[in-house]
Amino acid sequence: MKSVQLVDQPVPLNGEMPPTAARAPAAGERFGLGGHARSYVVRVRGGNMGALPAILGLIVLCVVFAVLRPSFISKTNFANLFTQGAAITIIAMGLVFVLLLGEIDLSAGFASGVCAAVMATLLTNNGQSWWVAMLAALATGAIIGLVLGFAVARIGIPSFVITLAAFLALQGVVLLIIGNGGNISIRDKTIIAIANKNLPPALGWALFAIAVIGYGSVQTARIVTRRAHGLSHTTYSVVAARIAALALVGGAAVYFLNLQRSRNSAIVSLRGVPVIVPMIVALLVFWTYVLTSTRFGRHVYAVGGNAEAARRAGIDIIRIRVVGFVICSTMAAMGGIVAASRATSVDPNAGGSNTLLYAVGAAVIGGTSLFGGKGRILDAVLGGAVIAVIDNGMGLMGYSAGIKYVVTGSVLALAASVDALSGSRRY
Amino acid sequence: MTDSLDRDPILELRGVNKSFGAVQVLHDVHFAAYSGEVTALVGDNGAGKSTLVKCIAGIHPIDSGTYLFNGGPVNVHSPRDASALGVEIVYQDLALCNNLDIVQNLFLGREKRGRFVLDEPGMEELTARTLTNLSVRTVTSFRQKVASLSGGQRQTIAIAKAVLWNSKVVILDEPTAALGVAQTAQVLELVRRLARAGLAVVLISHNMNDVLAVSDRVCALYLGRVAAEVRTAETTHSQIVELITTGQSGTSQKGPPLSPHHADVATPTAAAPVVADILPPAASAASSSNGEPG
Ligand SMILES: Nc1ncnc2c1ncn2[C@@H]1O[C@H](COP(=O)(O)OP(=O)(O)OP(=O)(O)O)[C@@H](O)[C@H]1O
Ligand SMILES: [Mg+2]
Repeated sequence: MKSVQLVDQPVPLNGEMPPTAARAPAAGERFGLGGHARSYVVRVRGGNMGALPAILGLIVLCVVFAVLRPSFISKTNFANLFTQGAAITIIAMGLVFVLLLGEIDLSAGFASGVCAAVMATLLTNNGQSWWVAMLAALATGAIIGLVLGFAVARIGIPSFVITLAAFLALQGVVLLIIGNGGNISIRDKTIIAIANKNLPPALGWALFAIAVIGYGSVQTARIVTRRAHGLSHTTYSVVAARIAALALVGGAAVYFLNLQRSRNSAIVSLRGVPVIVPMIVALLVFWTYVLTSTRFGRHVYAVGGNAEAARRAGIDIIRIRVVGFVICSTMAAMGGIVAASRATSVDPNAGGSNTLLYAVGAAVIGGTSLFGGKGRILDAVLGGAVIAVIDNGMGLMGYSAGIKYVVTGSVLALAASVDALSGSRRY
Repeated sequence: MTDSLDRDPILELRGVNKSFGAVQVLHDVHFAAYSGEVTALVGDNGAGKSTLVKCIAGIHPIDSGTYLFNGGPVNVHSPRDASALGVEIVYQDLALCNNLDIVQNLFLGREKRGRFVLDEPGMEELTARTLTNLSVRTVTSFRQKVASLSGGQRQTIAIAKAVLWNSKVVILDEPTAALGVAQTAQVLELVRRLARAGLAVVLISHNMNDVLAVSDRVCALYLGRVAAEVRTAETTHSQIVELITTGQSGTSQKGPPLSPHHADVATPTAAAPVVADILPPAASAASSSNGEPG
């Protein structure tokens, strides 16, 4: 019997709830569409804007670019956007963990470069199979994260300083592996497929159906269990609206991506959802599950919100911090693999220039706080989309890299101001 | 009714010393807490009250001395060790996470797990029952972020966090310091109810009226030393103030024990569920079935 474990089991000051006692404030209450809209307005007023700024920004940017440069919404460019934003989105997902902990990892960009270089060397120079090279790259990322996490959590070096040191050192490591002015090209079909191949149209629809059904079941199951416990819950109409929205947006995207984009389809057919899209969705679902539904995820938020409270609650805050850095660098490795796949080569500047700033920018633009304790994996995806759209759209308009950087920097500054002003420290 | 001095304390510290670097904060401190009683821990700012509590909680290791629980020596090196014994602390700085909601804070570090995901509905249900029984009626949702709560609400959440588990000793570090009149009265009433339910309650307070109103005994710290351990019933407002400010009291008696101040302090039997008496009579019968092993 579990109930004999005294301390592991909470002892409710209860039994039956006395009929006269105040009921749980919202017990059994249902939140319909109206209630949702109202509570959302309250949240936004309270400074918690959630995904709103990123989604609005995304829509505005898309409309502006579509008007100024119609080729922006061409089939080919739409598919390009996904593969362009993929690497920084994946790196940003890892950075969300570190940012949630109230830390920063400035070395994530070059960590991705080192891991990509390790993979490319094993593939091309040592003739290893793709999965050996890929595992080696991920392991390299994990080791980098372990060292950084240990330095921050155990030795107590501020993450800004130690990851700045790693930024420089890892940049050197990429140079050492590849050689100045060198370039390792990748010819392995599997690795190249990651960022360059598309799903067969039927498979795209099948995965889409699985995603919608999965989302719907999770949402419905939540209502059912909460109702069984007599707790407040959303209505089925709200869930139906959410599922419909997902089905509509996702369905339109799949349809569009499944159209023939090849100029000459008789020679080469180019259609289907890019392979990288389901990969990003899978990472989004997995890490969201980890953050919202596991003890580890809960403890990440607790350490970022109030490390002392977490420590007093018996949480091993050193372990949480180390694992956070390991996740960040391993995700950086994954981003590096995707970037290498897209470029089909690794050069000494892999993971350099704007990689890190774009990734941090993606997380922050999406709504993850730089002050710790607030953020979601979805932020990385939304922010990554914003950055990819800016980068792509400005490129189409023929602006120079200089102007692109200024604009992206300004957007990041704007997002950081929203973060600071919206009182994310008050959550 | 058994005189409490005939009983052994549930928690006792003997000859405890604690230094931070060169600064010795606690000198040869003796401290005891008894089930069913409120022990007030008083002393001026910097006397070492919070430090003593953090030693009890396992946050600071003690340099030397003995930590006894239920009469036996124990080793407490971490907050986990303390809560495994049933010692819970409500800290002066509340130790809540502002970015988490009420349910998440109450279960922090001890989340209930379901098969694949955290058992959120189960935790929320327990939160609802606990807060209802603590007469918390002012929160609009248990999924409210703690950052949005008032001082009194936060204090209640912090206390609820301590009594949600099968605790035997609850230590409250200045629970009423930031509260208004009505909320202070509520918290003090809660303190009495916890003691009546058989918990050993330790109350740190600078407010002598609070101390005299709810405590059964007073332990006064002066510059890290125990100036006196006295029965509240045998002492006066001015004597306590004297102990706090000068470390001694001309008229202080450590004399023969009198009977407990509060006639209604029940002697808890070892097997009784400790929190059952907090409840209205109707509810306590139900909870006694799920408290302790048979
Ligand atoms: N972590 C620490 N490092 C060094 N000195 C400390 C530390 N914690 C407490 N002290 C010192 O120990 C002494 C006692 O502090 P403590 O917080 O226990 O006092 P207190 O009785 O709780 O005071 P108050 O009534 O103001 O809460 C103070 O002089 C304080 O500066
Ligand atoms: Mg104190």
